[in-house]
Amino acid sequence: MRFFRQVWVVTVKDLRAELRTKEAINSSLAFALVILLMFSFAFDPLADTTREMSGGLLWIVFAFAGTLVLNRSFARELPNDCLDGLIAAPVSGAAIFLGKAVANFLLVLAVQLISLPVFGVFYSVPWTDQFPELLLVLVLGTWGLTVVGTVSSALTVNIRLRELMLPMLTYPIMFPALLGAMELTATLVTGNPIGPDKSGFLKMMIGFDVIYTAVSLVLVETILVG
Amino acid sequence: MDAVAVDGVWKFYGDYPALRDIRLEAAAGTCLALIGRNGAGKTTLLRIVAGFSRPGRGQVRIFGGQPRDTETRRKLGFIGHGISVYDELSALENLTLYGKLYGLPDPRRAAREWLERTGLARVADGLVREFSRGMRQRLAVARAFLHEPQVLLLDEPFTALDDKAIAVLQRLLREALASGKTVVMSTHQLREALELATHVALLTRGQVAFHGPSTPEMVADPGYVYARYGEG
Repeated sequence: MRFFRQVWVVTVKDLRAELRTKEAINSSLAFALVILLMFSFAFDPLADTTREMSGGLLWIVFAFAGTLVLNRSFARELPNDCLDGLIAAPVSGAAIFLGKAVANFLLVLAVQLISLPVFGVFYSVPWTDQFPELLLVLVLGTWGLTVVGTVSSALTVNIRLRELMLPMLTYPIMFPALLGAMELTATLVTGNPIGPDKSGFLKMMIGFDVIYTAVSLVLVETILVG
Repeated sequence: MDAVAVDGVWKFYGDYPALRDIRLEAAAGTCLALIGRNGAGKTTLLRIVAGFSRPGRGQVRIFGGQPRDTETRRKLGFIGHGISVYDELSALENLTLYGKLYGLPDPRRAAREWLERTGLARVADGLVREFSRGMRQRLAVARAFLHEPQVLLLDEPFTALDDKAIAVLQRLLREALASGKTVVMSTHQLREALELATHVALLTRGQVAFHGPSTPEMVADPGYVYARYGEG
């Protein structure tokens, strides 16, 4: 119980700090909307092939926009050596990590939920037809992205090229989850449910999230303290 | 049992030994001043004692426990080069945050009490980014003392402090020592430090060149330790 209280304290602190500055969420949201708009000019939104690849396009946008949020996660602790304050407190690295991951998850999910209606308009897809299933895929994909991204943010926090290193570390690891998210989203945004042929992708995403959450929770103390 | 015991600690950066076989101890209720030239290893040693970094060899004990143990961390208060408070949060929010992380029964009340004690009560709701340097340093002091730690680790605590902040810190340190707490501080401000220190350790190139009780000669002439035991 104490662990989850500490997780919540870190989550609230990160959300409060972000909502005061809006550094990450503004840039992430602006990036997502601009890229969605540009893609809609690049591809014919009424063509069937565009609809088939729309899930992939959407997750490319989400992955890049998400990185802008994730880059700030541990970088926020650098001014005034705030990370020292967190590490000195009687809080496990796992609680710090999970608190940050939850805050990142909520911020990235907020960007996605704002971007979705815009995507629906630009690409003329019936994205609301399978909304509960689409929401499940968004949640699973976003959790995978934030877990891998948050732990990569901790790994790269002290290096000068962290903005470059974070995506280089995150995307290759994210490949299985992104693949599943793209396949399922392409099906769902065109109004079709997840059939038995695609349910394997859902299981893969669940497995990815469970494995990477567990591995991150075990490794983060070593990453933070060395 | 010593409050702080450093036993044969080495720290390597690559092949370079930043600390070499450091052996020090501080009993409860004493104040150990770590002095030495820039690069002598004072900050590295304090960060290892605080549990921010692991030694290459040797071990550190705080009241018999490892620095990274949760219970040990409750006993430690640390002021480093940074103030470890968030610019985007108010002074009250910062201290309440740390109060919650340290599991204090009433974090908000403790936060208000320490803002009062450090003279920051009237700016409790002000964002830290709007604070002057002296106010930020006093907030850092409040953060370190908030959970009533048994051992205070201070890395050059008097640097960049204004007169008021120095007075506040010295008063709080005297009160802490009087109540049996232990203070380990690295410093270049020998005069301020030696007014409080019961023991002195001189580090030279990652080694302990001198470790012993503070003497009247040291207090009278802050350069005495360097001249007698250091490299001049």
